[in-house]
Amino acid sequence: MKINTASFGEIEVDDKQQIYFPAGIIGFEPYKNYVLLDSEKEHFYILQSLDQVKNSFILINPYLVRSDYVLEILDADLAEIGCDDPQKLLVFSIVTLPNDITKISCNLLGPILINKKNLLGRQSISLGNWQTKHFFFEKMAQSNKV
Amino acid sequence: MLILTRKKDEAILIGKNVRVVVIDVKGDQVRLGIVAPKKVEVYREEIYHAIKQENTCAVFPTTGDLTHVPSLDPKLKEKKN
Repeated sequence: MKINTASFGEIEVDDKQQIYFPAGIIGFEPYKNYVLLDSEKEHFYILQSLDQVKNSFILINPYLVRSDYVLEILDADLAEIGCDDPQKLLVFSIVTLPNDITKISCNLLGPILINKKNLLGRQSISLGNWQTKHFFFEKMAQSNKV
Repeated sequence: MLILTRKKDEAILIGKNVRVVVIDVKGDQVRLGIVAPKKVEVYREEIYHAIKQENTCAVFPTTGDLTHVPSLDPKLKEKKN
């Protein structure tokens, strides 16, 4: 199917890239239909809203920027997306990318969970003591040259 | 808003399945115990608001352009903050 995206204009996506968020994303609850796209940068993904073209989020695998990251969530979060085994989840963090690249951060407190089996998604709230802004510029390849 | 006065060890029932117990009161801090079915989401309010605010900062078009971002190198040492 063809969709409109904020970053890439009109593109063709596979049905398997479509993720339904029954509860939306926190603060953006009315928008429940998304597609998960590869970005032009390795390790970064785009979660594009199908209901509101100008809304998209950059995602990253939190374990790449914080190797000791642990998913600590309520069973209610897993139940919401019909998941009985956290091992089978895709886990992402939403990236905040200000104009100053050195301040790039990701939200470890509100991880995005996607159940690969039924393509349901949810933003959960971590029970752990993680931050909404985990700065990770030191993990960027050129950061030691700056 | 319904306002109820409770003492230590006293509880409030919300519906039939949610029970909120006052565990301890010390100065301006109250420790609450919450017994609820697994399906019920219980969060500290300020954490919910912090995530909402961060999402608003992170959503395109408020966010910057990924093309100008250096590559991520998972092997580089990370800062624990």
